[in-house]
Amino acid sequence: MATAEPLIEVTDLVKHFPIKAGLLIDREVDQVRAVDGVSFSVPRGQTLGLVGESGSGKSTVCRVMLQLLAPTSGSVRFEGQEIAGLSRRQLQPLRREMQMIFQDPYASLNPRKRVGQIVGDPLKLQGVASGAELRKQVRELLDRVGLAPEHYDRYPHEFSGGQRQRIGIARAIALKPKLVVADEPVSALDVSIQAQIVNLLDDLQDELGLTYVFVAHDIGVVRHISDRIAVMHHGKIVEQGSADQVCEHPSDDYTKKLLAAVPVPDPRESRARRERAGAAG
Amino acid sequence: MSPGALLSARDLRVGFATEGGLLQAVDGVSFDLAAGEVLAIVGESGSGKSVTAQTILGLTRSPNAEIGGSVKLGEVELLDASDAALRKVRGERIGMVFQDPMTSFNPVYRLGSQIVEAIRAHRGDVSKAEGRARAVELLDSVGIPDAERRVDDYPHEFSGGMRQRAMIAMALALEPEVLIADEPTTALDVTIQAQVLRLLEQLNRERGVATILITHDLGVVAEVADRVMVMYAGRVVEEGTLDEIFYDPQHPYTWGLLGSLTRLDRPRPKRLPQISGAPPSLLSLPRGCSFRPRCPHEFGKCEEMPGLEARLPDAPSHCDRCWLSPEQKREKRQVGGRIGLEAPA
Repeated sequence: MATAEPLIEVTDLVKHFPIKAGLLIDREVDQVRAVDGVSFSVPRGQTLGLVGESGSGKSTVCRVMLQLLAPTSGSVRFEGQEIAGLSRRQLQPLRREMQMIFQDPYASLNPRKRVGQIVGDPLKLQGVASGAELRKQVRELLDRVGLAPEHYDRYPHEFSGGQRQRIGIARAIALKPKLVVADEPVSALDVSIQAQIVNLLDDLQDELGLTYVFVAHDIGVVRHISDRIAVMHHGKIVEQGSADQVCEHPSDDYTKKLLAAVPVPDPRESRARRERAGAAG
Repeated sequence: MSPGALLSARDLRVGFATEGGLLQAVDGVSFDLAAGEVLAIVGESGSGKSVTAQTILGLTRSPNAEIGGSVKLGEVELLDASDAALRKVRGERIGMVFQDPMTSFNPVYRLGSQIVEAIRAHRGDVSKAEGRARAVELLDSVGIPDAERRVDDYPHEFSGGMRQRAMIAMALALEPEVLIADEPTTALDVTIQAQVLRLLEQLNRERGVATILITHDLGVVAEVADRVMVMYAGRVVEEGTLDEIFYDPQHPYTWGLLGSLTRLDRPRPKRLPQISGAPPSLLSLPRGCSFRPRCPHEFGKCEEMPGLEARLPDAPSHCDRCWLSPEQKREKRQVGGRIGLEAPA
């Protein structure tokens, strides 16, 4: 593999949230160490999977990485440029390079806006297109994510979960970003729809040369889409490596525990595993 | 009702009158549940699996619901039971565990007092002190550490997994014969899910509790179920023993579900096998087989609805709704050396 310059590089990232107490004057009594010294880098065109249980800090990492939350300390370099600590105004032009796909397709789309507007807004806000050109680009985007042109004038509530997630994806790729951060993009979807969305993300990566940070608690899905996987636990990365390496030969105890808890969809295998566990314990 | 069945449903139908017409959420579901057995109902949103479970306990009764068929608990018909009779069944004979442990407890009452309330609602002679002692015992039995102290906690002081176990404890408070668990582990992390599944398994083995487990996760099914019912668009499309469903599945929808599973113990495929399209609207079902529009193997006959029948000579309890012959099925479900549903290239 060519040692290309990473698109995004995170070094010693820390995010602590204060716990406050007191009646009139809040005093900081403790801190939640949501992200506690996390480092990773993602080469262009590749996918890093972040796995971990709820509260492990994976979503906070995403938010801090995109400067939606200010880090307590640490560095985030995007195409070599330090972006931690930049002002809103300085970040504005970078925003179009970094987009996010959210978990809940029911909560992440404005119910009062039509699909065309939802997908077109980023283009309008960044001054990329307007008028007829805007409509044309939005129709192309809808087509690209597998929606029909007549969906342009519909409202989000008229769509199923899977279709809504496609709308969210169209919005995220509208500005031709370099980095897309997907936070649990399939966990709210039905099994038969999950695979469609994962395959769509795969295709878009190939077509547009996207770089993904893909967060999920479903290790099977993460392994499928990721080149590398980082396992988070209590705000730290306890293990990272190639997707197959982490899943097949985990070295960290927590990773092993996590993998062992994933149900095996194979009754014979699952019985054998329980017997082994029973014999051992 | 077959001998030995504790709970038995026959041709259960649940429809809701909506602005768009009658929405047939459950269309002719039948099953028998024996003591100590775990029946898994598998399906996607809108398949009717939760409505089936809720109707058993009379939770879907409303002026715009049309409920037909029969659900018998022993000799008691539940579908036309009075509200008072149903209240006696709920909790006392059938316990229910819901998906979301965050919203299933009242946040302003202590957990223990909610369990005590459940007990005292059925057993008026149990004093508060006795009820509390029983609540401690129950929390302890589902693995809540330091139950004596935690019984006075509020729901928010419990983690998600502990809350789900507390809910199982509450469902078991009156030692029901049947437990209905609707997506009991979906909101939980995998390590906690494993603990809750072990707990359910233990209840089956040690107390002979019959369980209906509703889930969309075939991994969970493989770990705990004895029998499986696969539902699609309100109907059962296949049912059989756990091994029959996983190793000799007869319905293309089941193939699709099995095929789209990710396996950590296998090399990853280049593309994740998917089922194309989306489930149909229950207000405008396709003619014939509901899965036809998404099925790569559909042929002329599929415009006629296949019955749920045993189609394999040596497996009388393995039923499905698919017109393909067993030989065709064996051949067509093989996709790249495993079971799957793939559009012909």
